[in-house]
Amino acid sequence: MNDEKVIQVQDLTKKFGDFTAVDAITFDVYRGEIFGFLGANGAGKTTAMKMLNGLSKPTSGNGTVAGLDVIKQSEKIKERIGYMSQRFSLYEDLTVKENIRFYGGVYGLSKQKIKDKTDQILEELQLTEVASKLVKALPLGWKQRLAFAISMVHDPKIVFLDEPTGGVDPAVRRQFWEAIYEAAKGGSTIFVTTHYMDEAEYCDRVSIMVDGKIEALDTPDNLKAHYNAESMDEVFLKLARN
Amino acid sequence: MKLLKYLIQKEFIQILRDKTLLPMMTVLPIIQLILLSIAASNEVKNVRLAIVDKDQSEMSRQLSNKVVANDRFSIVAAPFNNNQAMDLMQADKVDIILEVPQNFEKEFYRGEAPKLQMLVNAINGQQATIGSGYLSSIIGSLNQEIVLNEPVLFNSNSNNNSNATIIVSNNTWYNPELKYPHFMAPGILAELTALLTIILSAMNIVKEREVGTIEQINVTPIKKWQLIVGKLIPFLCIGMFVLTVGLTVAKLVFDIPMRGSLLLIYGYGFVNIICVLGLGLLISNFANTQQQAIFIAFFFVMIFILMCGLFTPIDSMPTWAQYFTIPNPLAHFISVTRKVLLKGSGFMDVKLEFFYTFILAIIFNSLAIWTYQKQE
Repeated sequence: MNDEKVIQVQDLTKKFGDFTAVDAITFDVYRGEIFGFLGANGAGKTTAMKMLNGLSKPTSGNGTVAGLDVIKQSEKIKERIGYMSQRFSLYEDLTVKENIRFYGGVYGLSKQKIKDKTDQILEELQLTEVASKLVKALPLGWKQRLAFAISMVHDPKIVFLDEPTGGVDPAVRRQFWEAIYEAAKGGSTIFVTTHYMDEAEYCDRVSIMVDGKIEALDTPDNLKAHYNAESMDEVFLKLARN
Repeated sequence: MKLLKYLIQKEFIQILRDKTLLPMMTVLPIIQLILLSIAASNEVKNVRLAIVDKDQSEMSRQLSNKVVANDRFSIVAAPFNNNQAMDLMQADKVDIILEVPQNFEKEFYRGEAPKLQMLVNAINGQQATIGSGYLSSIIGSLNQEIVLNEPVLFNSNSNNNSNATIIVSNNTWYNPELKYPHFMAPGILAELTALLTIILSAMNIVKEREVGTIEQINVTPIKKWQLIVGKLIPFLCIGMFVLTVGLTVAKLVFDIPMRGSLLLIYGYGFVNIICVLGLGLLISNFANTQQQAIFIAFFFVMIFILMCGLFTPIDSMPTWAQYFTIPNPLAHFISVTRKVLLKGSGFMDVKLEFFYTFILAIIFNSLAIWTYQKQE
């Protein structure tokens, strides 16, 4: 972890009509950090994340991602970030290889680079045997790991993961987090939302969102000490109950 | 453009892998083309006639023989009075009642111009007009025959009014045998191509929205125009393919004439399909589900089909409605296929259609790009 701020956010707000989904959140994320973005369902995690990756226009406030303004330069930001959405987002009617080639192509990688990336992903995920199978034929855990690998196909500085381990078994979740550590070690910043509190323990720092506001932000250990709790689970429950 | 290549490649793989799409592109158009060209006929056949013969003369019999000899008419009843005949019409058993009044023959030979009454069931206006037209001309020809056969009688009786009849002779050009499929097939061909492409394109982006992949696309640096063009090109190929299938079937099955240049048909088809696809993509920008997309697409398709001149000539629409056919790409497409295939028209004859369609294509596609939202 170092001091370079790759995400800076100030009073970022998103309103849908009268409803304030995200209420003036302020935080920084440092380079190479695994930043956990926690909150109950409907707390505004996904909306906040979408404002950072350019899918949603902030109602007010400002911020920068990878040195670019989230309001004025949202298209430019997209070149420097990866995103794995909550909904499964690979093409089920394309093969594993075709999905990698397509997203590589869309991010403007060269033919050779796409080929290298394909080999690398297939090997790392041990998908070589099913490379020519349609994605819909793969088990969910494999699909999720493939989606993660593809969201990093263009070596982005920051990757946003929206509940990446939803619905997969503990063994796959473990593999998934190993992959996340690997990516962070390579210098990428990981911004991850989750509502599995045990996963929060794996993060360098976590923020906890309640009703659109960030109620707490620190390392898991500090949070536990501060709230006099044994686990992140307890921290979360204490915060959410208030 | 390298990025575009990957988009188009992906779209083609998906299209070719889709098991429902290929039959939709081949079998459906063929069935529709054959069925509609034959069945959607405005020709009036089997007109059911009731003759109320109050004269019972040789001439009235001659008249009914003459009518029966024409295979469009069949005399289904010969009631004795008008009330009976009206009951038949009420029961929808006859289409036209022809009443021959008493003393018809006598008055005719006296040169008093007797009147025949024709009562036409005009619920189906077109059939009524055409059927009564045919019947009038049959009666008219009987009149002439009698005049010719019995010249002496007429010369002596009236002051030679046989010259007073104006004879209109018809020459049907471009479709001399009046083959209905020759008229319908080119139109239906155009309709099919436009219909299929508009629906496919309207569904496509919406489908990605439903599945969730569009979000992944939106988070890439891809430009809006690239996305739209990447969707447009594969469907343009499908459209041209359907057009080719349609032309082939129309030629093989109906032997439709191809008097003009096929290149012109393809050139125009190219512009037209781009235009229609633009509209389809525009629709998909405003729909969240495929169901919504289909409903909106159908709204346009219905208006386009009903006001395109396929079934009712544009010339017989009210003037204000005729203006509405200008933004209707289907109307231009049908006009071009008919003109070029049947009349052998060249580019200069269809330049207006080209012009309008080109403008529409630019409008629809710019709007499709403009209204596409990468950001909520």
